[in-house]
Amino acid sequence: MSAGTSAAGTLPAAHAAGTAAPAAASAVAASALEAAWLALLRDVQLAFRRRAQLVQPLAFFALVTMLFPLAISPELTQLRAVAPGVLWVAELLASLLALEFLFRDDAHDGTLEQYALSGQSLTWLMFAKTAAHWLLTGVPLALMAPLAALSLGVPAAALPGILLAVIVGSVTLSLIGSIGAALTLGLKRSGALLSLLTVPLSLPVLIFGARATQLAINGAPLLAPLELLAALAVLAVTLAPLAASAAVRISLE
Amino acid sequence: MSWTWFHRLASPPYVYAFAARLTPWFAWPAALCILGGLWGGLVLAPPDYQQGDGFRILYVHAPSAWMSLMVYTTMAIAAAVGLIWRIKVAHAVAASCAPIGASFTFAALVTGALWGEPMWGTYWEWDPRLTSELVLLFLYLGYMGLRAGIEDTQRADRASAVLAVVGVVNVPIIHYSVVWWNSLHQAPSVMRLAKPTMPPSMLVPLLLMLLGFTLYFVAVLLVRLRGEVLGRERTASWIREVVSA
Repeated sequence: MSAGTSAAGTLPAAHAAGTAAPAAASAVAASALEAAWLALLRDVQLAFRRRAQLVQPLAFFALVTMLFPLAISPELTQLRAVAPGVLWVAELLASLLALEFLFRDDAHDGTLEQYALSGQSLTWLMFAKTAAHWLLTGVPLALMAPLAALSLGVPAAALPGILLAVIVGSVTLSLIGSIGAALTLGLKRSGALLSLLTVPLSLPVLIFGARATQLAINGAPLLAPLELLAALAVLAVTLAPLAASAAVRISLE
Repeated sequence: MSWTWFHRLASPPYVYAFAARLTPWFAWPAALCILGGLWGGLVLAPPDYQQGDGFRILYVHAPSAWMSLMVYTTMAIAAAVGLIWRIKVAHAVAASCAPIGASFTFAALVTGALWGEPMWGTYWEWDPRLTSELVLLFLYLGYMGLRAGIEDTQRADRASAVLAVVGVVNVPIIHYSVVWWNSLHQAPSVMRLAKPTMPPSMLVPLLLMLLGFTLYFVAVLLVRLRGEVLGRERTASWIREVVSA
């Protein structure tokens, strides 16, 4: 199919500032993996040109964490008791807020349509977009989690476990979110609807994540909930891009 | 074997008439089963030795909870059929299922809370069944919200169908993670909604109610489906013939 050859060149090359990879890709038809890799690079590059957007979910996360000491009590013993819940609720809300950026700009300027028409596997491209989104929001949020935990009186020994749990859990959150964001693409006032669609599906992550965090705070082995979080992540990696690409196609119709 | 009877089910005018003919065949047996079940459950069955007469709300609560899951599954299957074979009528079935299922879920929640007051001493207990039922209500609300948020019917059909399929994959995961979560935080509650052994005088009315609720669901679904088809086909010429006839 000739459309595939030409589209592969125009796809990310339009934005990837003159790196060698897009030029090579335009010479031969890019494989699905190559196209996905280029889409991921493009999203990361674009995001670094709008740094303010990257900082907002992080600020929101810190803000939500700050609300709890103010609303409950400044006593660290009390805060330590609710810390797992606070961390995961803040994580869930912040990742929800970040979802707004996942497809919005690309839907606006027609990039998503180009992706859909490119002849490349839209599933892989959606996977790449979600992976980029996770790298840009999920990982920074996960890195914030130990800091927030410290401020809630969590012992330092628990921090590596918490970091691991949040990193694994945020993979699933990003992927579930990509389905919700794709379904509500282009709708007016989609914010409340997006949370109504995404939060119920994210509950298992919240449950296992908070459990892993609790065990880490207690100094107990946390392998069991971590394995369950990892299982959820594997399931989401396998299935969510399929649903997201189907949803994007429907939204573009 | 001829498949024409099956293919005709994809045609809106045929389905409209077919649903009208089928409705009484489900509505009357549903009424009989529910009346019989209520009489058996509220009058004939003996009071429970622990819960007294309070257990009788089971005859509404358990069938509602059962239907809330069954309707969701039906909705997801109809949505998947519509998505895969692009059958408009299947999407209409899925759209008609959602409000019915949400109502059953709501009924299960309310009766569960009313039951909890005499049994647990509180209207709301974070019991795994009640909690998963609450999550299911949110899944229904999300489905209906997405459908209402998209103006174009075809796009609403297909987008909500994807959501229904994603939801049905997640329902067991959510359910078991909620059960797991609950078992960590409290010992299994003394009261089990389904007793391991039930004398026939209590069990038979329950089964009658289950059957009655299922038949009632089909009857209401057929009525809603006709309304849904009318709304979708409002510009088609066969509607004018139906309305003027």
